[in-house]
Formats: sequence, structure tokens, C-alpha cells
Amino acid sequence: MSAQEPEDLEGTEFGPPAPATVVDPAAPPPEFEELVASTHTAAQLDPTAPPVLSVRDLKMHFPLKSPLVRRTVGLVLAVDGISFEVPAGGSLGLVGESGCGKSTTGQLITRLYKPTHGSMMFEGQDLATVSRKQMKPLRRDVQMIFQDPYSSLNPRHTVGAIVATPLRTHKVVPNNQVLSRVQELLEVVGLNPEHYNRYPNEFSGGQRQRIGIARALALQPKLLVADEPVSALDVSIQAQVVNLLQDLQKEFGIAYLFIAHDLAIVRHVCPEVAVMYLGKIVEIADRESLYEHAHHPYTQALLSAVPDVKQAAIGGRRERIRLTGDVPSPINPPSGCRFRTRCPIAQEICARHEPPLVQIGPRHKVACHFAGELGHHPAQPVTSRLLAEDGAGRSDEAARLVAEVATDVGYADSWFDLGSQTVVSGARKVGGESPVPGGNLPPET
Amino acid sequence: MTTLMSASGAAAGDGPLLAVDNLTVRFPTADGLVHAVTELSYTVELGKTLGIVGESGSGKSVSSMAVLGLHDSRTARIAGSIRIAGEEVVGADQGTLRRIRGNVAAMIFQDALAALHPFKRIGKQLSEAYLVHHPQATKREARRRAIQMLDRVGIPQPERRVDDFSHQFSGGMRQRAMIAMGLINDPSLLIADEPTTALDVTVQAQILDLLQDLQREFNSGVVLITHDLGVVAEVADDVLVMYGGRGVEYGPCREILTHPEMPYTWGLLSSVPDVHADPNARLIPITGNPPSLLDPPAGCLFHPRCAHVHKVSGDLCRTVLPELVPGPRGSGHLKRCHLPDPESIYESEVLPEIAPDLAEVADVGREG
Repeated sequence: MSAQEPEDLEGTEFGPPAPATVVDPAAPPPEFEELVASTHTAAQLDPTAPPVLSVRDLKMHFPLKSPLVRRTVGLVLAVDGISFEVPAGGSLGLVGESGCGKSTTGQLITRLYKPTHGSMMFEGQDLATVSRKQMKPLRRDVQMIFQDPYSSLNPRHTVGAIVATPLRTHKVVPNNQVLSRVQELLEVVGLNPEHYNRYPNEFSGGQRQRIGIARALALQPKLLVADEPVSALDVSIQAQVVNLLQDLQKEFGIAYLFIAHDLAIVRHVCPEVAVMYLGKIVEIADRESLYEHAHHPYTQALLSAVPDVKQAAIGGRRERIRLTGDVPSPINPPSGCRFRTRCPIAQEICARHEPPLVQIGPRHKVACHFAGELGHHPAQPVTSRLLAEDGAGRSDEAARLVAEVATDVGYADSWFDLGSQTVVSGARKVGGESPVPGGNLPPET
Repeated sequence: MTTLMSASGAAAGDGPLLAVDNLTVRFPTADGLVHAVTELSYTVELGKTLGIVGESGSGKSVSSMAVLGLHDSRTARIAGSIRIAGEEVVGADQGTLRRIRGNVAAMIFQDALAALHPFKRIGKQLSEAYLVHHPQATKREARRRAIQMLDRVGIPQPERRVDDFSHQFSGGMRQRAMIAMGLINDPSLLIADEPTTALDVTVQAQILDLLQDLQREFNSGVVLITHDLGVVAEVADDVLVMYGGRGVEYGPCREILTHPEMPYTWGLLSSVPDVHADPNARLIPITGNPPSLLDPPAGCLFHPRCAHVHKVSGDLCRTVLPELVPGPRGSGHLKRCHLPDPESIYESEVLPEIAPDLAEVADVGREG
């Protein structure tokens, strides 16, 4: 951290300070049509986009030390074997309750922690194993936006110094061009470029978040880890920042790993979403499959807990699935399926076997023994053939099935059909067409 | 209810439980006078829930704290009238306020960790609240009452947890303990200031369900302060939208959410995405920032951010403050806006962008 201020940012002549607002208060507000034109609809999925980041079996186990003899007495299984892909120029959402490991995942990808196990392939390099020195050039391409715009900006540095730091550290532009680049960046995120010599305390929460975004953009990253970027902001400001993030994605083709607990915001920003629970991904799918055809009871409970303005306004209130209790401790997670202690449909098999993350549709994977749409959970475990739970031991057929629907990072062209209990294949659909839920497909094998 | 009768002395049957009339709160500061709340009026009936919505700094918390007389009379200038069950709070002496607080009216705060004492056992804090208003009760009775309340709000093993400290509770449990503390004296008015904002969605749903169950059981009036329209949509009977210290729209919840007439309410509705919305729905922010309450803008407070200001002829929005008056949809729905025909603007311009699916429904409904 450079404590002193960059020289060319100091003592620069500038006029009397203008008020720190994005919009000049004297200017009339935009007309509604202009305002609408500057916004975005929900981001669309590009199924052909190659992955910019492939995470495979990522684990982070924090040692738990005893207070006196500094001995490791246990492990916090913060992230315990997750795999996903972030498409180039696209977004993957990561949702879950607090303590599910979603923020740790973001910190692993930016290598604020070194993972215990697993690989994170980015541009042909494994972020999980590179050394600090090798990581430095990669940091240009992988940047992060933090949740709290108050603690993530150094209060003693001017905005100009904050945004200039990455430019100087990575020597992106010659020293005499830093200032103009900083001003350009401030303008991109909708701040007044003349405010570069102000301190963070002179800005509101939404403006501070824009400063954090400008800092992350300074290096023109290919991947941006956004850890709850809007949850600390007021509702009206949230929408401003979400629209800004969508603008930037369109303009610069940045891929987002969007970590949030607000399912509605994630739905708007991310065409693909992964749901985490206690360090595991329990369901990952495209928007349509996850929000309209969720197959995991935890996803269904999360969705039913979200207050729904428009539903309530027209009178219909959905029945809520009440999850009792709190998330169990990741130090000693439940055996088998980790959700079973709070699951409304848990059975005895759930305590014995951990359900594998099985692909059940063209872009839909779920980890549940009784996966099914809300109210249509099967009576028999759908995974019994995969696990050879009929008592006959694992047959060759089961082994073949497991091999075929093996939990690879991306999506395979064939998947395990829940209705027919067989592997079906289908050409991957191109375009934003909604996939047919697995249960309704005719078996092809 | 008996406590309420004995405390207020007045007949609680006539008139609303809480009547706030022309409340104005100003804070003199080194920078000038902060106009925190200006001429705010609302009522809450027994058994009903009022949701107060607005951004930070809109005066929603300040007005509710005034209801419990929590402002320092030396630093706050309060005018107007607040009557809880017929009893005036503004200008009341400390003895009266102490009798009302925690007994007739109680408050639940947003940050349960900060609101609970870190060095006192949960049970001790609960029984303290009980003993203050029941001086004849013994400590043993108070403890039994504390365990009973913890059990009622759904804390597992209340006999054991009653001796825990607040840091031993999870976020959701702390909020439950605070609700238990608020309800221990059966208050008829409960003010919940952002009770679920710091919580996960699943826990938020639990707490909202609990509040609704308890309200039904005790038939109390609830004021729910939140910035989340979703929460309001689920639990409130009436909604008051606040902006810059003033009420800008006030009416029954469903009416306000389906036929909002004030552009600020439109902005709030269009800033939040919906989990089941049409993917073609847009997220339309409100431009700019909330106004400074040191020097509120002339005319309509919202005009510097309003995207519909062009639709009002002349300089009306910039010069004349609109009154909070009934709109075209009847006397129950008050709005503070100059727009001549808000309903058609909402249906033809705003709704198709934020909820294309609902706009079609509305169209079909009108034709049919």
C-alpha cells in the first residue's frame, strides 16, 4: 500500500468543488423514456460462450486451532468440493444463506486464500497452484468488488489515489497519463471526473460502490468477482449499480461471478445460478430451470421465502416452505446430505449417502436423492440406480451410469433423466430457448 | 389488554390505537436545522399493520422514535401530536413516557446485537423489562415469564437458553429474543424498525411469520418500518411511503402496490426485481440521491429526481409543494403529486417496462 499520495494528483488546479452528486442537481432529471432506454432487461444466456474460469472440486478447509497449545483440533469445511464454470463475457450467480461458503469461494478465486484442494483453470493456468509471483500478472485479469463500500476504501486516500493504485502497481499506463485514465474511469462509472481529489467520506454509499467498481475496472479484467455488490445499498441505488454492472459487461465483455443472497437481483443479472449450502453446490442451472423448475428442496425453500411484491399486490400469496432452525456448523456437518437436518422431505437414505450432483437436464444439475419439482418429489430415491441402493451391490450398469453422468465441470450433452431413470442425450440447444425439464423428456436410450 | 386500560386510563375503544397528527421533528445542528420529519400524519388501528417505506434518511425511523418519546427534548424540536390509545406523547413528562414505553408500546430494533446487552444474560434482560412494569412480581415469576416468552417466539430449549449471553445466539435467534423482550408486557402497539434487514431470506420469512402470528394472538397494532416493498407487501394492511421527511403516498397496501400514483413509489417498485418476473422486465433506478434535509428543495421534494416532471405543465413541481390529498381512486388513497392522470401514465408507461406480464393482464382486464 503506498501511503503517500501520487504527486501528479496533488496540487493540481481545479475549480471550486462541485457537489458530489452523479447528476448535476441543476440539470432536469431525464425523461422517463430516456431513463428506460438506459436500463437493461435480464441478462441473456450465451450457451456457446467458452468458459473463462473452470473450477473443479474446489475445497477450502480452515484449520481450527485450540486456544492454548495452537494445535489443530478440527477443520472448518467452508468450501467442500464445488465445481462450476463462468462463461466468458457472461455471469454466474452464487447464492445461499450466510455461512454457506459463497464469499470464501470468491476469495479463493481472487487468491486471497490458497485453496486446500482443487483446481481453478483461468486462461490455461491453474489459479489454485500458481505462486504469489506468478499470480501477480493474473490479478490484472481477475478483480473483485466488495460488499461494504465503507470498509473497502481507504479513508485516508483520495479517490484518485485509490483508483490509480492498480494502474501504478501494474504499470498499465505511463505515470504522466495516470490522472487522465483515472478521470476516464470515474466517468465510465458515472462519477464526476473532477472529484478525483476528494476523499471517500465525501461520497454516498452508492457513489462509493462506484469508486470500488472503477478501481476494479482499472486493469480491464476479464473476470470480476462481485461479492454482494449491492446488498449494502438503498433500493433505488441498488438498481443504479446493477444497471451500471450490466452496462460494463456489455461494453467491455467482463465475466462476473456474482455472489449475493438476494435471489431476485441474481436472477436479473445472471442467466446461470448456483445455489450453495454448507460448502456444497446443491443445484446449478440456467435461470428458467432454477427459478421455475427448481428440483432441490433447499432451492425451493429459498425461493418461497423471498417476499414477492407483485404476487402479493395482485392478491395471491404463495405458500411458504418454513425451514426450521439454522444452518448447521461447517465444523461438523451432518452426514450424508448436508441439508437433511432441515429438509422437509428427508428420509433415511439421506443420512447414509451424500447425493451426487447429477445432471438432470440440458443445463441443470441437482444434488438430491428425491429431486423433483415442488410437490412432485418422488417417493423412491432417484439416485438409487446410481448408488446401487437396491442391495445388489453396484452393478456394471450403475457404474456405467455414474461414469456417464459424472459430475464434470460444465454440462454434458447427455444427462440422467429422472422420469425414466436412464441416460438420455440431446443436442445442446442454441439460443435463449428454455430447456425442457428433464422429467418430461421421452427416454432415448 | 388490562395493562393498557390501567396505564392509559382513557377508553382505548374509541379512536385509533396510534394517531400521529402533523408531526414535525427538527434537529438544530452546527450546519443548520435538519428537517427530519415534516407534517406527518397517520393512524394505526388495533390488530392492523402499517408499513412505512422509504430510503435511508426519509425520516421513517425518526418519526417512529418520536412515538416512543425517544428523542432528547434538548436537541430535538418536536411539534404536532402523537396519541397512543388516547394519551398524548409529545411534551409528556418522563414518568408518563416510562409508563408507556415497553408497556403500552414497544420497539424492536434492526441490529439485535447492538440492542441487546452483551454482558447480561438474555433471561436477565427479559425479566428486567417485565419487572419494571410489574413491580409486585418476584424475580422467580419474571424468570418464568421470560422462559415462557422465549418459548413463544420459538427459541429451542428456552429453560437452558435463558441463561445464555446474546453472543451465543445466532442472528435469527437474537431477533427472536428481542421480539420476546418487546412483547413481554403485552404491548398493544409494536414498532418494528427494519426487523429483518440484516437477516437471510429464510430467517426473514420465519421472523415475519412469527410477527404475524403474534399480532393475531395479541391483537396488537404494528408499525413496520422497512425499505423492502416485498416485506410490506406480505404483512402490511396499510402503507405509508415517505420521502424527505414527508409522507408522499398513503393508503391500503394492495391499493398502493397495484395502483401507485406517485412517481417515487413507481421508482421504488421498479428498482426491485422480482423472483418470478418476466425476464423482459427492466430494473429502472431512481436517478440521483435523496435530498439534503438541511435545505430541502423547493416545490415537490422529489422533483430533482422525478422522471415525470416534464408531464406537469409549467413550473408547478419546482415551485409548489403538492398537498397530500386523495387521488382519483377515492378518499382512502392519498398522494402528494401534481401529475394530472397518474394512473394512465403508470399503466401505459411504467408497468409495461417493469412487469410486462402484469401489464397484459391489466389490458385484458380493462377490455373485458
